[in-house]
Amino acid sequence: MSLMEKHAIFEKNSIVLLVGILIMVAIGGLVEIVPLFYLKSTIEKVEGMRPYTPLELAGRNIYLREGCYLCHSQMIRPMRDEIERYGHFSLAAESMYDHPFQWGSKRTGPDLARLGNKYSDKWHVEHLINPRAVVPDSVMPGYPFLAKTELATTHLQDVVKTNALVGVPYTADQIANVAADVMAQANPDDKNVGAFLQRYTVTNSKGEKISTPVARDFDGNPAKVTELDAVIAYLQVLGTMVDFKLYDDKANLR
Amino acid sequence: MARPVETKAFTLEEMGYSLFLALLAVVCVILAGKAWEPQLAFHAAVGAVFAAIGIFLIIKGYNDRSAQPAQMIDGKANYNYGPIKFAAIASVFWGVAGFLVGVYIASELAWPALNLDLPFINFGRLRPLHTSAVIFAFGGNVLLATSFYVVQRTSQARMPGIVTPWFIVLGYNAFIVIAGTGYLLGVTQSKEYAEPEWYADLWLTIVWVIYLLAFLGTLWKRKEPHIYVANWFYLAFIVTVAMLHLGNNMSVPVSIYSIKSVQVFSGVQDAMVQWWYGHNAVGFFLTAAFLGIMYYFVPKRADRPVYSYRLSIIHFWALIFLYIWAGPHHLHYTALPEWASTLGMTFSIMLWMPSWGGMINGLMTLSGAWDKLRTDPVLRMLVVSVAFYGMSTFEGPLMSIKAVNGLSHYTDWTVGHVHSGALGWVGFVSFGALYCLFPWLWNKKSVYSLKLVSWHFWTATIGIVFYICAMWVSGIMQGLMWRAYDKLGFLEYSFIETVAAMHPYYAIRALGGALFLLGSLIMVYNLYMTVAHGEDAEGATAGAPALAPAE
Repeated sequence: MSLMEKHAIFEKNSIVLLVGILIMVAIGGLVEIVPLFYLKSTIEKVEGMRPYTPLELAGRNIYLREGCYLCHSQMIRPMRDEIERYGHFSLAAESMYDHPFQWGSKRTGPDLARLGNKYSDKWHVEHLINPRAVVPDSVMPGYPFLAKTELATTHLQDVVKTNALVGVPYTADQIANVAADVMAQANPDDKNVGAFLQRYTVTNSKGEKISTPVARDFDGNPAKVTELDAVIAYLQVLGTMVDFKLYDDKANLR
Repeated sequence: MARPVETKAFTLEEMGYSLFLALLAVVCVILAGKAWEPQLAFHAAVGAVFAAIGIFLIIKGYNDRSAQPAQMIDGKANYNYGPIKFAAIASVFWGVAGFLVGVYIASELAWPALNLDLPFINFGRLRPLHTSAVIFAFGGNVLLATSFYVVQRTSQARMPGIVTPWFIVLGYNAFIVIAGTGYLLGVTQSKEYAEPEWYADLWLTIVWVIYLLAFLGTLWKRKEPHIYVANWFYLAFIVTVAMLHLGNNMSVPVSIYSIKSVQVFSGVQDAMVQWWYGHNAVGFFLTAAFLGIMYYFVPKRADRPVYSYRLSIIHFWALIFLYIWAGPHHLHYTALPEWASTLGMTFSIMLWMPSWGGMINGLMTLSGAWDKLRTDPVLRMLVVSVAFYGMSTFEGPLMSIKAVNGLSHYTDWTVGHVHSGALGWVGFVSFGALYCLFPWLWNKKSVYSLKLVSWHFWTATIGIVFYICAMWVSGIMQGLMWRAYDKLGFLEYSFIETVAAMHPYYAIRALGGALFLLGSLIMVYNLYMTVAHGEDAEGATAGAPALAPAE
């Protein structure tokens, strides 16, 4: 009972109560969050991860804008059925350049962590414009407006710069050529394609190519670079950067 | 009221807010002119108009008032009810709007043609509108109204400030307008339940800090030595939401002329911070604060003291300490390190205890007054809300166990769980509080029709039962279908087969939601009739005698 009487100090002084609350609610967060920033085992060591190309990043921002993450996760769990359905379980390293993360929390539609290269660009065009044309039972909204909307690129360089500011390792060369690279990736006939591919190719310590971006006319409309180009470029790169034929699972057991 | 004539002057407070709003209006006009995207131009224009209206209201308020508002009238505190009335009405408005959007998006999942191929009403943009409308607009306004009411009544003091209470209520609702229109226009940072972009977050931070100060300011004026238990919960809610809001919205704007910002954290750390925030938006916004409502309105309505003072103390500290740890249970089997996920699970299971301690404290408050459940549908609503609280705080720890979560995660089971808490607990405790609050605020004898409250209760309860049962079946079924193997060892179902199997349950869920919406419309009519045609209470004090402080 005396302990309960001591509690009066919290009841009689709002600042004491306030400080007590702050201490109580700070502990859990500190213990769970802070170590994630310094424990080396948090993020695996992998080869092949690179920052998104400007077109992919623009596509990712449209993915965010339309709230795709509300129905599609990007996080394959290490369970037999998920690995068979979607592929190798997701690594922390695969989303280390994702500001913000897109792991999602609900699968009204399937997981997209390894969607890249599973379907053709043509399939994505059809599917995004009218999902039920290719998947009759789908409940996904149609996004025909993406095909009609020209991609806004005026300030894309600033978006890339801001990503670099928060730690995504864009090179000065990559930042300087954002506008050219957007055009090059969406048009295989562009004169800058070679330079673009070189800028975003990842090589390992031995100088071997680990992952290379692709330059294609994603939406099949050579007349302009649309939001659909950007979204498909993003969807086609998902989960393709790390080559799991080379990835050593055992080295990263934690 | 023969009060000495005071000289009327434009107070420092009025001057400060006017200058601040004037400055804000100028900044907004500049932003509107130089904005990179039309969305920001629109929001800045709205901000400028709101700021101008704010200045107009301050000057009008100054012209209309005679002197400083009286602190006491006839020996009783002169409570400030104006902003509470506004928040109460706003909560009803946003509630109906949020439920309506909910029914619409539930229908979109059952009948996808309703998306109409338009950007503004596709599921991905309307879903944050629904969640924000019900959590922050409906729930938030209920909390503003009840916290202002409870802290004044239990402190027996008028809130400090002339402009401040209005600034909080109107400023908060301005945030809702900016956030909500933003979702429709594609302005989002994609963090669940924290979607508003940097400028809306910044504005909310200002409003929230002032809310904290006004709440504390009222406590400082209290006549009672002890701070009543409901206020502990409100204070924990205000402080912790501030901490969570700042932590989860660490982002760098691409430019001050752009809607777009980039999160400082990425990948696994960002995921952890997001669910530290996300789960405690549930823990502190939707639980701790609404427990504040429970601790005031249940004893008041039942006319009984809180069951156990000691249990209140244990409930309070254990709940706020344990809740913060529970976030990682949203990330089981993901790339989050196992130790964090295990900590999250452990604390989630422990959390069951204080949750049920609180439920017992609420329910047992009815000791000796259980008969009132037969005659008072408002009390019935409050009590059933506590029962739903008990149910979903049992289901939550269950789902946080890794083995269960392996099945339930990513499925509709989670959605059903959230809604048993949101509709059953938060919804009903809010409705109960509103049915109490409207007659008290407008000085009416009672709510217009108890029979209509009963109709609301049953319509909404049946709606909730449809909703959560449909989600249990669809969630568990889909989870099992995903992992089903045929006899040759292949996955038995393609993903789209599991989607097709959901259709009847999505239709039932939409029906359940529609019933809940219908119930809320009955409430709107009832509350309108209470204010417009209710019988006036006798005397100036509508509420029952003030509660004794916790002891």
